[in-house]
Amino acid sequence: MSEKPIIRLSGVTKNFGKVRAVNNVNINIGHGEFFSLLGPSGCGKTTLLRMLAGFESPTQGELFIDEQPMSTVPAHHRPVNMVFQSYAIFPHLDVRGNIAFGMRKARLPKAKLNDMVDEMLEMIKLPGYGSRGANELSGGERQRVALARALIKRPKVLLLDEPLGALDKKLREQMQIELRVLQKSVGITFVFVTHDQEEALTLSDRIAVMSKGNALQIDSPTRLYEAPTNRFVADFIGTMNFFAGNVRAVENGDATIDAGPLGDVATPADAMPTGNGADIVVALRPEKIRLAFEATSDAINGVEGRMGPTAYLGDRSHFYVFVPGREEPIAVAHQNLDKVDIRSHDTDRPVWLSWSRDAVVLLPPD
Amino acid sequence: MSIATVNSPRFGALGVFAVAYLAFIYIPVLFLPLFSFNDSIYIAFPLKGFTLEWYGKMAESKGLITALENSLRLGGVVAVLSTVLGTLAAKAVTRYRLPGSGPTVAFIMLPLVIPGIIMGIALLVLASYLGLTLSLFTIGVGHLLITVPFSMLVMISRLEGFDKNLEEASSDLGENAWTTFWRVTFPLAIPGLIASLLLTFTISFDEFILAFFLAGTEVTLPIYIWSQLRFPAKLPAVLALGAVILASSFVVVTFAEWFRRRGVQIKTSSGV
Repeated sequence: MSEKPIIRLSGVTKNFGKVRAVNNVNINIGHGEFFSLLGPSGCGKTTLLRMLAGFESPTQGELFIDEQPMSTVPAHHRPVNMVFQSYAIFPHLDVRGNIAFGMRKARLPKAKLNDMVDEMLEMIKLPGYGSRGANELSGGERQRVALARALIKRPKVLLLDEPLGALDKKLREQMQIELRVLQKSVGITFVFVTHDQEEALTLSDRIAVMSKGNALQIDSPTRLYEAPTNRFVADFIGTMNFFAGNVRAVENGDATIDAGPLGDVATPADAMPTGNGADIVVALRPEKIRLAFEATSDAINGVEGRMGPTAYLGDRSHFYVFVPGREEPIAVAHQNLDKVDIRSHDTDRPVWLSWSRDAVVLLPPD
Repeated sequence: MSIATVNSPRFGALGVFAVAYLAFIYIPVLFLPLFSFNDSIYIAFPLKGFTLEWYGKMAESKGLITALENSLRLGGVVAVLSTVLGTLAAKAVTRYRLPGSGPTVAFIMLPLVIPGIIMGIALLVLASYLGLTLSLFTIGVGHLLITVPFSMLVMISRLEGFDKNLEEASSDLGENAWTTFWRVTFPLAIPGLIASLLLTFTISFDEFILAFFLAGTEVTLPIYIWSQLRFPAKLPAVLALGAVILASSFVVVTFAEWFRRRGVQIKTSSGV
């Protein structure tokens, strides 16, 4: 991001009474970026969005939109528009009235405004819906009208508060694609709040993962998944196996970690700048662990275990493998590329797990 | 067979009770128009004959007409004032995080449960202490104490009935607090406003105890009627007046209900 960011959050903190909803958040968002705030409910993501919209003001810190400090700018003067979780379609106006609502101050000639509304209706694929009442719209249609109502203002930034939360799964997936296409075509920066990690991964250029008011990691979807920098992010996005470990040796760019029941784990040492004897957490994604029914001698990292519960999901299988010295089973996901031998799901069989050096994620201890 | 019993529950004891109950409510009320056309100053059966004399008497009675005018003016002013105050209070309670809003609301509602006679005495003591001349003004102040809580209750339930994001959406789309109120809050609150106006007008219009204590030389209709009950000859004119009020109430309520239903059809029902 070499150019100036469209949004800059600088040490933004928000207290509600004694509760700290947002804690010292620093984020830069670039022009035209699809940026998501992801986290469980109560993590502060919606509060952050509402501060951008101007409905809440930071207790400390400053937020800049297009280099302008926003602390003294009320919501109705900010160059941002919002799509609410409830859509907030005005029930006393028809679709046309809703979409044109924010254009009153532009004082456009009636014909020109009508053309603009028609254009928006075209864009959201609801031509001819102009005279419908708000109560005659389905959930998906309301969502589109809310989008059009915000986008007709040509904001610098569009804020979206879980806009797909109320839709059923199929419609949701369809709207995800449409949102992404729309965002690329209008070129407006989107700031998208969601608690659904899959949705965030699908849509975003970058994601800030939030927990208890803190932005824990701000990164691309791939990096969040492949290279999380702390345990919360590793655990929140996808599934992860965690093992307490201790750095045994670092040499020639290779680290050897003593990971208890896993034995010694070898991995490149670039990720974690910790010295010998330091505590560390070894993390492994289930799908990066290979499962075999015979001992494999050539694997660099491996452990022998016993098959626990299994789940056959058609295209893939989930296995839970017990290893000596560890109570919790290790989750292993297996793509069923070949026809599945039913016996492979038998419990209590001896199995051998192995993984590559690059599959290992090192995290700081809790 | 079973469907028939479901659709028409046995018209037994419950049916009789329902009819008796309705009769108990409405028959005494219907005596008003009935006797107002009866050609006798005695309110008793058998009926004598049809006459419009009492309506003429009513129109000629200066005191009665003045009292009616007083009550209409008082009710109108009280209705508008208490609806404005009640709406603002309801907006504050439902839309902002106010410290101590719970106790404040409780204190505003308190006059509803204080016996009218106690309130009346208290206000009379206060008025004489302040040296206020008793007038329609003092009655109006007294009435506001009981009409504002009613208006507030009506408006709170209306404002809570619609999504507060609607007002935020308006401000997000460039409207300030004032224009948001007129473009969003007000149109959505209209059914509540009408209900509040009708309710508070009615309360003020027929309130007796406070008015009795706080009235000076200008009397309201309930006080005038009460004072006329001592003169049997004047009673039929009061009945005529009662019939007129009954008829106009009927027209107003019908109109309000028609308006409300029409509103529901055209707009939507986000709550209430």
